[in-house]
Amino acid sequence: MKQITIDPITRLEGHGKIEIFLKDDGDVENVYFQVPELRGFEKFLEGRCVEEASQIVTKICGVCPGCHHMASGKAADAVYGVEPPPTAKKIRELFYMAHFIHSHIAHFYALAAPDFVVGPTAPAGERNVLGLIAKVGVETGTEVLKQRRIAQEIQALLAGHQTHNVLVIPGGVRKGVTEEQRADIEEKSKGFIEFSEFSLKLFEDVVLGNKEYVDIILNGPYSLKIHSMGLVDENNKVNFYDGKVRVVDTEGKELCKYTENEYREYIAERVEPWSYLKFPYLKKIGWKGFVDGQDSGVYHATPLSRLNAADGMATPLAQKEYEKMYETLGGKPVHATLAMHWARLVELLYCAERSLELVTDPDITGKELRVPLNNKPDEGIGIVEAQRGTLTHHYWTDEKGIITKANIIVGTTNNNAAICMSLKKAAQGLIKKGVEVSDGILNMIEMAFRAYDPCFSCATHRLPGDMPLVINFRDKDGKVIRTVKRD
Amino acid sequence: MAKEEKPKLKLAVYWGAACGGCCVSVLDVHEKLLDIIRVADLVFWPIALDTKYKDVEAMPDGNIDLTLYNGAVRSSENEHLAKLLRQKSKILVAYGSCSHMGGIPGLANFSTREELFKRIYDTTESTENPDNIRPQTEYKVAEGVLKLPEFYNDVRTLDQVVDVDYYLPGCPPQTERLVEVLMAIVTGAELPPKGSVVGALDKSLCDECPREKSDNKLVKRFYRPFEIEDDGKTCFLEQGVICLGPATRGGCGARCIEGNAPCRGCYGPPPDVPDPGAKMMSAIATMIDENEPEAIEKVIDTIDDPAGTFYRFSLPGSILRRKIT
Repeated sequence: MKQITIDPITRLEGHGKIEIFLKDDGDVENVYFQVPELRGFEKFLEGRCVEEASQIVTKICGVCPGCHHMASGKAADAVYGVEPPPTAKKIRELFYMAHFIHSHIAHFYALAAPDFVVGPTAPAGERNVLGLIAKVGVETGTEVLKQRRIAQEIQALLAGHQTHNVLVIPGGVRKGVTEEQRADIEEKSKGFIEFSEFSLKLFEDVVLGNKEYVDIILNGPYSLKIHSMGLVDENNKVNFYDGKVRVVDTEGKELCKYTENEYREYIAERVEPWSYLKFPYLKKIGWKGFVDGQDSGVYHATPLSRLNAADGMATPLAQKEYEKMYETLGGKPVHATLAMHWARLVELLYCAERSLELVTDPDITGKELRVPLNNKPDEGIGIVEAQRGTLTHHYWTDEKGIITKANIIVGTTNNNAAICMSLKKAAQGLIKKGVEVSDGILNMIEMAFRAYDPCFSCATHRLPGDMPLVINFRDKDGKVIRTVKRD
Repeated sequence: MAKEEKPKLKLAVYWGAACGGCCVSVLDVHEKLLDIIRVADLVFWPIALDTKYKDVEAMPDGNIDLTLYNGAVRSSENEHLAKLLRQKSKILVAYGSCSHMGGIPGLANFSTREELFKRIYDTTESTENPDNIRPQTEYKVAEGVLKLPEFYNDVRTLDQVVDVDYYLPGCPPQTERLVEVLMAIVTGAELPPKGSVVGALDKSLCDECPREKSDNKLVKRFYRPFEIEDDGKTCFLEQGVICLGPATRGGCGARCIEGNAPCRGCYGPPPDVPDPGAKMMSAIATMIDENEPEAIEKVIDTIDDPAGTFYRFSLPGSILRRKIT
């Protein structure tokens, strides 16, 4: 059997590797997506003071530190049995919207858009952010970098530093917002709304206006019929900071809706001997293997799954875009993996609108920043929706608030099985007997997992120049029999 | 195309056991990116470019002018790349707390590999693993063999594995400091002696801390940050809250302090301080407002998790280094 190895996978946050096994006739037999790293936060959080956890866990991911900061902060609130005052909650969420905006801009423009704006089979040297700027113009390109910078600056202002966040403390936040800062963030939020609408218009013109792309999205080898997970508010609208986790099945019917304290009844994780990363699945259905369909326990937790799992968006402009997306794609739920990019832009607009709502709320400059901790600490769970999936932090402490045990289910981990399956489907659809494995085909395989944004967004600035990709075809003894190169 | 211009600097950025935050600190040059790529070519950067390991192996030795290695050394893959990049680079910089001192992933040195695996793959409450499956460095599947790098028993700093030219500290380093260092190299400025810490100050964080300090740091007990009503102005230590300022090099811009949080030492020890934990303990010893041994012990007992706090970012590079097994 021939084996194709891509190592390391590049342009993702962290390390990854793909192994593709080919049948003798050239068709794809199986694909494995391996994660070759582990750091073990669950273990070394033990012994730490629980209020320190929110700063330690930001180092799980330097692209989405704010998500861990929020989930950890909520878990620590729960450990002490307290609710932060309204001002603190709103400051946290305001920070969180800026965090989403930085990440969604990075992913869409630096990773996703080059495949569409420049083209999926365009020369590799042009299929990057500079190729994108060449197409859309330097002015737009600079605007993209600028809007992401502003989102980073708002986070730094509220949380000390955009990557090293120190905003939360059990029961609230460490720092308030002054009127001057509030007015500044209000102006910037208006800018975000304008920029989000521009981004959706760009998507409409470039992607939806091109029949070939619409065909790839709807009919390419990128469809995966699995269940959809997402956090929703009391009206079943998408929410990122707070709410219940809702899962809908492949037909859009609610499978379950649970609070953070119930997560273990609904989610379990599986270990495979060939990856350091575990594979979560829906516990009530059980693990049925790497299979899709209504009977499968595999789900995804992505921008698309969040829109599938909710009844709509909580802000008016995003709601309009939500309706338009489902109308165009033939109703809910959507299983086209590449529609994740569209869903991500709908979310970008929601974050911008929500940011403006929060910053114009009189509570935001309030002085009550935290509540005292009078209860004995014991156990607490915090769930937020991270850019890359539902994020769960669960801590147990002793009577002094020292962590004795921790359990974490990270956003991208939810999608581990789904990414494996999407890669297999794309490879099976694209690599066939008698088909030359061209650069364009290699890129189109990569597009399958790029859609999930498994912390790919670090690559905001996908730089110009050579982006070679080498695939070795090996025989059973590991001898290279053929090399395909994309220079 | 650019033949009459000075050759561009060849730059590589690689991560070992890292979170990606160091790479984000490089990306946070924002619009300056367009200036940087005029003077430097990025030849290897897995987060952003598709250069593969074999392409690096094919480069002549010393081909890369400057490599920023971030992340600790946790696995055989991290170690292999550290050695490979040392060989291919003229200047190798330990970029960020993890490669400098072990960083947050270095806290794993309080446990063994087995303790870590047991928690992650067996006892975590959401894990269902009745067959006690563990990831294997080599595993035979129906279609062939799948390999994973070896996960070592301990986390190491970059200079515990290869020779390092400079250290650029921080979790993550301040982007402005990186730009300054890059520009110094591009303009051919004289480089500091090998082994220097660059992109940081030669004094402690207390020297750049905006909080008000007096000469009186005596305390009767220590507090966790949530136990006090921080006034936002007074030195944390004077309020009885553990702050690693005296044991930490300045240069970060006191960003945590600006966020009303005490320092946790990500910039590493100041010059001539070999061990940040030892330095912090001696600083604390001078603060205790008691004379009797028993009373002193009581004050010390009010410090929770001293090892995990004093060595928050520096355990593998410290005199403790790891749990004794």
